[in-house]
Amino acid sequence: MSKVETRAIAEDLVVVPLRHYGLWIGTAAALAILALIVKALATNPAFDWPTVGKYLFHASIMRGLAQTLLLTVTIMVLAIIIGTVVAIMRLSPSRILNAFASAYIWFFRGAPALIQLIFWFNLSLIVREISLTLPFIGTIFTVKTNDVMTPFVAAVVALSLHEAGYMAEIVRAGIKSVPGGQTEAAGSLGMNHRLILRRITLPQAMRFIVPPTGNETINLLKTTSLVTMIAVNDLLYAAQSIYARTFETIPLLIVVAFWYLFVVTILSICQHYIEQYYGRSDQQAGAARGILHRAFKIGRVAQPA
Amino acid sequence: MVFAQGVRKSFGTLEVLKGIDLNVPSGSVACIIGPSGSGKSTFLRCINHLEEVSGGVLLVDGEFVGYDLRNGKLYEVRNDLLCKRRADIGMVFQSFNLFSHMTVLENLIEAPIMVKGMPRGEARDKAHALLERVGLADKATCYPRQLSGGQQQRVAIARALAMNPKVLLFDEPTSALDPELVGEVLLVMRDLAESGMTMVVVTHEIGFAREVGDQLIFMDRGVVEERGAPRDMIANPQSPRTREFLSRVL
Repeated sequence: MSKVETRAIAEDLVVVPLRHYGLWIGTAAALAILALIVKALATNPAFDWPTVGKYLFHASIMRGLAQTLLLTVTIMVLAIIIGTVVAIMRLSPSRILNAFASAYIWFFRGAPALIQLIFWFNLSLIVREISLTLPFIGTIFTVKTNDVMTPFVAAVVALSLHEAGYMAEIVRAGIKSVPGGQTEAAGSLGMNHRLILRRITLPQAMRFIVPPTGNETINLLKTTSLVTMIAVNDLLYAAQSIYARTFETIPLLIVVAFWYLFVVTILSICQHYIEQYYGRSDQQAGAARGILHRAFKIGRVAQPA
Repeated sequence: MVFAQGVRKSFGTLEVLKGIDLNVPSGSVACIIGPSGSGKSTFLRCINHLEEVSGGVLLVDGEFVGYDLRNGKLYEVRNDLLCKRRADIGMVFQSFNLFSHMTVLENLIEAPIMVKGMPRGEARDKAHALLERVGLADKATCYPRQLSGGQQQRVAIARALAMNPKVLLFDEPTSALDPELVGEVLLVMRDLAESGMTMVVVTHEIGFAREVGDQLIFMDRGVVEERGAPRDMIANPQSPRTREFLSRVL
């Protein structure tokens, strides 16, 4: 067969794409389910959208939201600090420090958050007074445990100790992901341990630490709703105290869910930009992608090698 | 500048260095060759105390790097003093080990600013001059990942030079490079040697050792098997092991 003939045939050929029947059936089913959900949301009177609208920016809901955000930020900041310290202890050459850190993680990560919360709230059952007594000087101060352990303080202490257990493992994995050659190179330039950790190891570990920390923050935001158990006036508690009076349970739960989802969305966007910042050394020039590009990048896309 | 006498190093029961002697005068270049596992890299890492020696004497510029000699005893030095002495001993690694989260310029100014307290402007000027010297003046704002292996290694050499070291240690600097990139790195090293830098180079580049080295050391199984002037030794090796090794790499 000559070359001319081959080309003539190639021009006449028609490519028949493979039909993905399963894909079509699946898509149709998904659309049908979506339609049912929209119909139920729009027509079922139990959702009572006007009431949702009425309470969406209600003053006590806003106060609850502020309290939830304050709890999340305070606990997360403390958890990152405590977790980093525990992670560094875990990586230290001292066996005692190592064992201590392992025990910390085992206990505070292992015990359920709700149990730790109730435990700290009831600390006065074990310790009636907290006092600082120095030898030769005497007691500096004494306070009743119940006066210190307000619901808010109990929530912060319990959840930050719990969360720090997770953060310690995340930070440790991040630090271990940095190649040993980086530390050696920094050492050969005369940098000391602290400088190496602060300037070389931690900044590189951040690329591995940020994504799971973002997940933990989102998780924690929702976990803080446990504090309603010890009567902290958070978002869920605010809604509960309203529907306890008005019995508008479902609309108020929708209000609460809306605000949690709203904050989670904001946090996800922040996380994206923080990840991009710490991953900047990975990017080829001009390859930075916006969140919109990521959001709408559907299906299979060939990645440049 | 570097003086070693009977340096021994063991990892557990495994003795990697069995008494190494070496004297590298100021401004000279010593090249160390040998098969892998002969202990040459370990010896190099002992010089700047990345590994602690198990025995023997190892001095850089007349001082123990990790110890102080007082009343006939060796006292381990405090960490900050060790860092200060290490800052005078530059090291270039086989795998470059550039700080991957920093640009080329940031790699070069990091240690001068943080360790020596050099003003930022002065450090930047110096860094640009060094990049010029290794032929990478236009790469200051690149990240290491965007450079070829040969370019990364030249940046690594510039980074070591930024600390004004008394001696530069090279640990197989061209072994991780594609063959056509080896030349550009060797060119920079040759230029350094000609400018009077004291260098200890562990290498497989016999040609470089012959052209640039002032002395050649062949190490095998933790001992110095043979040493001498590079040209004589390569042309006419005395030990059968040296002869065998050279016949395989030449």
